[in-house]
Amino acid sequence: MNILGRSVGWLAAAVLVGVFGLGLPDYYVTLLNYIGLYALVALGLVVLTGVSGITSFGQAAFVGIGAYTTTVVTVNLGLSPWLGLVAGLIASFIIALVLGAITLRLSGHYLPLGTICWSVSLYYVFGNMTELGGQLGINGIPPINLFGWALDTSRSMYYLIWVCTLGVMLLTDNVLRSRIGRAMRALKYNGEMAESFGVNGSRMKLFVFVYAAVLAALSGWLYAHLIRFVNPTPFGINMSIEYLFMAVVGGSGYVWGAVLGSAVITILKEVLQDILPSILGRTGNFEIVAFGALIIVLLQVNRDKGFGVLFEFLDRKRSRVKAPDGLPVAVRTQLAGPLLSARDVKRTFGGLVAVNSVTFDVARGSIVAVIGPNGAGKSTLFSLLTRLLDLSGGQVFFEGIQIDRLARHELVRRGISRSYQHVRLLPDRTVLENVMFGGHARTDRGPFSAAVGINSEQELQLLGEAEFQLRRLGLESVQDELAGNLSLGQQRLVEIARALVSGPSLLLLDEPAAGLRHTEKVSLAKLLTELRSEGMTILLVEHDMRFVMGLADNIVVLNFGRMLAEGGPREVRANPAVLEAYLGRAGR
Amino acid sequence: MTSEIILILAQDGLVNGAIYALLALALILVFTVTRVIYVPQGEFVTYGALTFSALQRGHVPSVVVLLIIAGLIAAAIELRSAVFQSSPRRSMLPAALYAGYPLVLGLVLYYVTGAPKSVAMQVVVTLAIVAPLGPILWRVVFQPMASANILVLLIAAVALHLVLTGVGLLAFGPEGARTEPLFDAGVSLGSISISAQSIATIGASLILIVLLFSSFTFTLRGKALRATAVNSVGARLVGIRPELSAAICFFLAGLVGAMSGVLISAITTIYYDTGLLIALKGFIGAIIGGLVSYPLGAVGAVVVGLIESYSSFWASAFKEALLFGLIIPVLLWLSITRPMKDEHE
Repeated sequence: MNILGRSVGWLAAAVLVGVFGLGLPDYYVTLLNYIGLYALVALGLVVLTGVSGITSFGQAAFVGIGAYTTTVVTVNLGLSPWLGLVAGLIASFIIALVLGAITLRLSGHYLPLGTICWSVSLYYVFGNMTELGGQLGINGIPPINLFGWALDTSRSMYYLIWVCTLGVMLLTDNVLRSRIGRAMRALKYNGEMAESFGVNGSRMKLFVFVYAAVLAALSGWLYAHLIRFVNPTPFGINMSIEYLFMAVVGGSGYVWGAVLGSAVITILKEVLQDILPSILGRTGNFEIVAFGALIIVLLQVNRDKGFGVLFEFLDRKRSRVKAPDGLPVAVRTQLAGPLLSARDVKRTFGGLVAVNSVTFDVARGSIVAVIGPNGAGKSTLFSLLTRLLDLSGGQVFFEGIQIDRLARHELVRRGISRSYQHVRLLPDRTVLENVMFGGHARTDRGPFSAAVGINSEQELQLLGEAEFQLRRLGLESVQDELAGNLSLGQQRLVEIARALVSGPSLLLLDEPAAGLRHTEKVSLAKLLTELRSEGMTILLVEHDMRFVMGLADNIVVLNFGRMLAEGGPREVRANPAVLEAYLGRAGR
Repeated sequence: MTSEIILILAQDGLVNGAIYALLALALILVFTVTRVIYVPQGEFVTYGALTFSALQRGHVPSVVVLLIIAGLIAAAIELRSAVFQSSPRRSMLPAALYAGYPLVLGLVLYYVTGAPKSVAMQVVVTLAIVAPLGPILWRVVFQPMASANILVLLIAAVALHLVLTGVGLLAFGPEGARTEPLFDAGVSLGSISISAQSIATIGASLILIVLLFSSFTFTLRGKALRATAVNSVGARLVGIRPELSAAICFFLAGLVGAMSGVLISAITTIYYDTGLLIALKGFIGAIIGGLVSYPLGAVGAVVVGLIESYSSFWASAFKEALLFGLIIPVLLWLSITRPMKDEHE
C-alpha cells in the first residue's frame, strides 16, 4: 500500500545485487548463488506453510524433478536448456497437481507425511535408474545460452539466479497483498469462515502447493546449469528438511523471510562445517545438531513466526490513498415469495436431536429473530442454514432455490453472509484487511492479475467499500489497528462490517449485541433498521430481549430443538408456552 | 520363485513387519495423546541397537553422557517453570528425577559395574539407558510448546530427529553394528529353517502389543491415557494430568523403540542414520490405520514388512522406491474413504 516505500525497497535490493555481483570475490558470489537458489525454494514454503498453514517435506524432490528433467532434455536428448526449463516446470506442475489432489483432501498432517514418503521414494528412483546416471550422477550439462551469451561461470549465473529470485519474490509479494493473499491467510486461520466468504478451500490449497512445487523446479533448473552436474544427494529428504528450516527461520508470511532464512542457514552451515570438525576432532555432518537445536528453540520462543516479526513494520506503515466509492452492486433477480424458507429442518448428533422439524419463512426486507433458552438449538440452526453442518432432514430454500446441498463457498455468491457468535477475525491482521476479506466473492482478480498488478483498480474499489462500511459502523478510527487488539464488542462490529462488504441480501447475525455497551446496542439497532429500510433482510440470534423486541418484525422461539412459537413481538410475548419456557410455570 | 523362497521371504517379511508394527503402535500412541508426529522414534531404535552392540563389545556407550546432559536441561527447565507456578513444590520431584536418574545410572555404569556380562542384563541396561530419554526429551522439546498446532509440533519433531542423528554419530561413530542373536537355536520345518531369533522377535512384539493393549483397556492409568487422547481438556477437568499422560506415552514409546532396536540389530546392520527409514516404515503402517486405529496400524505395518521382503527379491534396487511409493495409493484410498475434516484449534 505504501507504494513509494515498496518501490524504493525493491530498487535498493536490485542495486545491491548488482553491486555484489561486480564487487565481491568468487567465493562470496558462489555463496550468494546458493542463497538465491535456496531462497526460491524457501519462498514456496513460506507461502505454503506461513500463509496457508500446510507444509511439505518434499520440496527437494521437486528441485530434483527440475534438475533431472533439464538434464535429460539437454544431455540425453541434446536439446536447449530453455526447453529443459519448460519441461521441468510442466513435470513438477503435473506431479504436484496429482499428489496434492490426493493428499490435500485429508487432514493437514497427511500432506507432510505423504511428501516425506514420496520424496524418499523419488530419491531411490534417481539413484537407481541407469538412464539417470545412478548414484554417480550425470556430467556435462551445457550452460544456459542467453541471447548468444553462454552463462558458463558462477558470476554470470549469479545475475540470472538473482533476477529470477527477486522477480519471483516481487510477484509473490504482490499476490500476498491481494485478495488471494487475504484468502490464504483466512484459510489458515479458520477454514469454515474462509469458505463462508467464498474461498474454495481445496482449490486454493492445491494452487499454493503447485506454486511451491513449480518454484522448486525453477530452482532445480538453475542449479543443474550452475553446477553442470547432477546426482541424487542434493534432492534427498535431508535437504527437504533444510528447506523447511529456512522457511521456519525466515518466518511465516513475508517474502523477505525466504532470503533471510536461506542466508542464515547457508552461512551457518558454512561456518559450522569449518569449525566443528576442529572442535570435535572428527568429521561428519555435526552441523545438523546445531540446526535442530536452533529450530527447536525458535519454535518454542516464537512458534512458526521465526524472524519474520522483523518484517512486520513494513506492513504497518501505510500511506492514505483516496479510495473511490466502492464496489458495483450485484444485480440479483428478485422473485416473489419469502427470501429464505426452512422446511422441516432437522439435525441429530448421535441420539441427540438438536434441531427438530423447524419450519419458518423469512420475508424479504424484514428482521427475523431466533430466540430461545440456552441449548435450544439456535446456533445449530444457524450452522445448518449456512452449510457449516449438514442437514439430517428437511430442506432450505433461498430465493426459491434449494441450497442445503450447495458447497459452502457458493452461499455468499448467492447473497448470504454471516457473523459468528465466537468472533472469527484474524487477530494479527488489521481491521481494514479483515473487512476487505469480506469482499472476496464480490471481486474476481486471480493470482496472475495480482502478480503483475492489474488488479489495482478493483482493490481500490474494495478498499473504498470496506472504508464505507467501517464508517457506517463507527469504526473508522480503529481501521489500522490489529483486529486482536480491539474490545470484544468492537470485534463483533468488525464482523458485521466484514459481512456487509460481501454485499448480502440476507445477513445472518449470531448474537451481534453480546458484549456491546448500551449506547453501542442502540446504535447497532439503528444501523440494522437502516439496513432494513434499504431492503436488506436480516436473521439474527440474540439473547437481549429488549434489543430483539424493539427491532424484530417476526420472532421464532426455539426450545429443546423444537419450534415453540412464531409471530410478532407482541404475540410472542403473550404466548403462554413461551412464558413457561422462559420463566417457569406460573404459580396457581 | 519356488515355494521355499516364498516361505523364506514371508518369514523375513513377518519378522520385519512385527518390528514395524511395534513402532506403528508407539507412533499412534504418541500422536493420539500428544498430537506429536514422532519422527525421532526411529532414533530410539538405532540408539537401542547401537547401545546394545556397544555393551556386547564390553564398553559403556557415551550416549549415557547425552542422557545426563538432557536430564540436567530438563531439570533446569522444570525448576525454571516452577518459579512461575503457584505451587513450586510440585516441580521438585520431577526435577530430581530428571537430573538424578541419569547421574546415578551413569555413575553406576562407569565406576561400579561397567558393561554387564550376561545378555539379559545387557538388554535391561540398554532399555534403562535409552527409554528414559523419551520423557526427558519430551520435557525439553515438546512440553514447552504443548499447545502449538500439529504442524509446529511436527517441525520440532523433525528438528529433534536431526539433533539425535548428529548426536548418534558423535556417540556411536559412523560404523554400523550388527549384534549377536539373542538365541542361537533354530527349528527346521521341512526344507526351511526358522531361526529362534525370528520366533523370539515375533513373539516379543506380540507380547508387547498385547501388554500395551490390555493396559489401555484394563488399567486406570491406561484409561486415563485414552481419555487424554479423546479430549485433553475434558481429561484435565476430571483430574487427569495431561503432562503425566504425555510423559508416560513418551516413556512407553522410548521403551518400545529401544526394544525394537535390540531385536532388529541381530537381523540387519544398523547405522546411526538408519532410524528415519525404519520409523517411516512404521509410519506407513500407522497411516494405513489412519493414525488412530491400533489393530489396523499393526496390520498395515506387517503388510509393509511383507511388501519390503518380496520387493527386495523382485526388484532389489527399487525396494525402497516401491515401498515408499506405496504411500500414494494408501493416501488415495484414505482420501476417498475418509470425509474431509477440518482441524479446529
